[in-house]
Amino acid sequence: MIDVINEGWETLPIGGVIPEGGTSAAYKTGDWRGGGKRPLLNHSACVHCLHCWISCPDSAIEIQESKMLGFIYDHCKGCGICANECPPLVKAITMIAEEQFETTL
Amino acid sequence: MNRETQVLKTDAVTVEAEAAEAPPQPQRQLLALTGNEAVAEAIRQIDPHVCAAYPITPTTQIMQEVAQFIADGRMRAELVPCESEHSAMSACVGAGAAGARVMTATSANGLALMWEVLYIASGMRLPIVMAVGNRALSGPLNIHCDHSDSMGARDSGWIQFYAESVQEAYDNILQAVRIGEHPDVLLPVMCCMDGFLTTHTSENAEILDDAEVRDFLGKYRARYSLLDVDNPVTFGATDLPNAYTEHKYQQVEAMKKADAVIRAVCVEFGAKFGREHGMLEAYCMEDADTAIVVLSSTAGSVADMVDTLRAEGRKVGLLRPRVFRPFPAADVRAALQDLTAVTVLDRSHSFGADGGPLFTEVRTALFDAPHRPRVLGRVYGLGGRAITGGEIRALYDEMETDTAPTFRFVGVRE
Repeated sequence: MIDVINEGWETLPIGGVIPEGGTSAAYKTGDWRGGGKRPLLNHSACVHCLHCWISCPDSAIEIQESKMLGFIYDHCKGCGICANECPPLVKAITMIAEEQFETTL
Repeated sequence: MNRETQVLKTDAVTVEAEAAEAPPQPQRQLLALTGNEAVAEAIRQIDPHVCAAYPITPTTQIMQEVAQFIADGRMRAELVPCESEHSAMSACVGAGAAGARVMTATSANGLALMWEVLYIASGMRLPIVMAVGNRALSGPLNIHCDHSDSMGARDSGWIQFYAESVQEAYDNILQAVRIGEHPDVLLPVMCCMDGFLTTHTSENAEILDDAEVRDFLGKYRARYSLLDVDNPVTFGATDLPNAYTEHKYQQVEAMKKADAVIRAVCVEFGAKFGREHGMLEAYCMEDADTAIVVLSSTAGSVADMVDTLRAEGRKVGLLRPRVFRPFPAADVRAALQDLTAVTVLDRSHSFGADGGPLFTEVRTALFDAPHRPRVLGRVYGLGGRAITGGEIRALYDEMETDTAPTFRFVGVRE
C-alpha cells in the first residue's frame, strides 16, 4: 500500500498511478465526515431488514449472519442514507452531531 | 537546410561509408516530400499500436495518409477516428494507459480543444507523440502559420520540438518516440512544424529504411498497463493535497532528465543516420556581435540574410532553439552572453506580457550571465504574414543603434 502522506517524490509511483488492487479498504473515508454527523444504531429497535446495508454506498454497515451489528466508522462518510432508508415505523438509526463523540473516526 | 552549422558534428560521409559495409545495406530514399507526407511516412515506419484522428487544416493529411497506409495493409495500427480533438487526445490517453505506443496530429484550434487532456497526458506520464502543424488560433479565423497554438501549450508538461525543415520534421518524430518512452522521461512529445510553410512545402528528405527505424526504436514496454491483469493498477485516481505536489515535482525532474536524454538520442541518431540535431543550432555565432534567435522555418530566411551581411563584413549570427521544452537555457546563455545585442523573434505573443514567450525565456536565461547583451523582442509573422529579407536586415541594423525599442511588432501598419 502506498503511503501517500510520507512517500517522497522519488519513490511515489509516477503519474498518480496506484500500482496495486484493493486499496480502497485501506483508505479511511471516515474522515470525510469532518464536522458533520454520524449514524448511531438503536439495537433494540432494529429489525435487521438490512435496508441500510443494501443502500450504503460505502459498504460501511457491518453485518454477521444477516444481522445488523453497527457501522464501520472508518469508511462511513456520514451521508445519512441509512437513516433515511430505515423504515418509518422502525427508525433505529439516528444521525448524531460529530462533536458528541470523542474520536472523529 | 544545407548550411554548415556548429552543432552538426557528425561527418555524414564517414557514417554512410561504415553503414555500407554492413550487409544488408539499408534502403534509404531521398524523396521530395511535404512536411505532412514525411511525418506520415515516419508514423508508417513507427507503426504505433494506436493512432487517433480528427482532421484540421493544415495537418489533416497526416492521419489521412495513415488511414490509407492501414487500408493498404502497410501498417497494423488501430486507427480511432474521433468526433473531436478532445476525444482524439482522450483516445490517446486511454490507449496509452493500456500500455500502447500512441500517436496523433493536430493544429491550432484542434490543439486548443485538446487542452485539458494535454495536461492529463503529461500528468499521467504517457509518452504520446503528436505532430503539430503550427497555425494561428482563431479569432479572427486564420488558417496560416504562427506559433500561438503550441506556445499556449508550453506549460502543459509536453516536450516541444520545433522543426525548421521537412527533414527535421521527419527526424524529430522518430527521435520523439525514443525520448518520450525513455524510463527517465515518460512524457508526451509535441513535434511542431510550421503550418503550410513546412506541412505543405515539398523539400528533399531522406527517408530511412523501415528495418533501421524499427531497430532504432525498439519495442515499447509501458511501466504500468491497464491490460496487465497480473499487476492491476489504477490510473486517474483522485490525487489530494498530500501527494499532488510530489507528482508535479516528478514532472519537473522528468523534464530535467529529458534534456540529457534528448542530447543522447540526438548523438545516437547522428551516429547511425548521419544527421545530428542538437538542442539548438548556432549559425555564424563564433565571432558574432549581434544575433537573431528564432524558431522553425524562419531560421532559413534569417540564415540567408546572415550570409548576405557576412559577405558585407558584418559580424552577425543566428541561434535556433530546436527544443523549446525543456528549454536549453544554459546553451542559450553560453551562446549569447558575449554578444552586444540579441533580437528574439516570436511568432506569437503573450498579451499583456513584456514580450513573446521565446523573448521572455531568452531574457531569463541571460539574467544570471556575468555580462549580458541587450535583448530585444520582436513579434512577427502572425497569421502567416511573411517576414521579408529587408525586414530581417533592418532587425540586424537596429541592433547597432542605441535607439531600438526593447519590444515592438515587426511590420505592423501604422
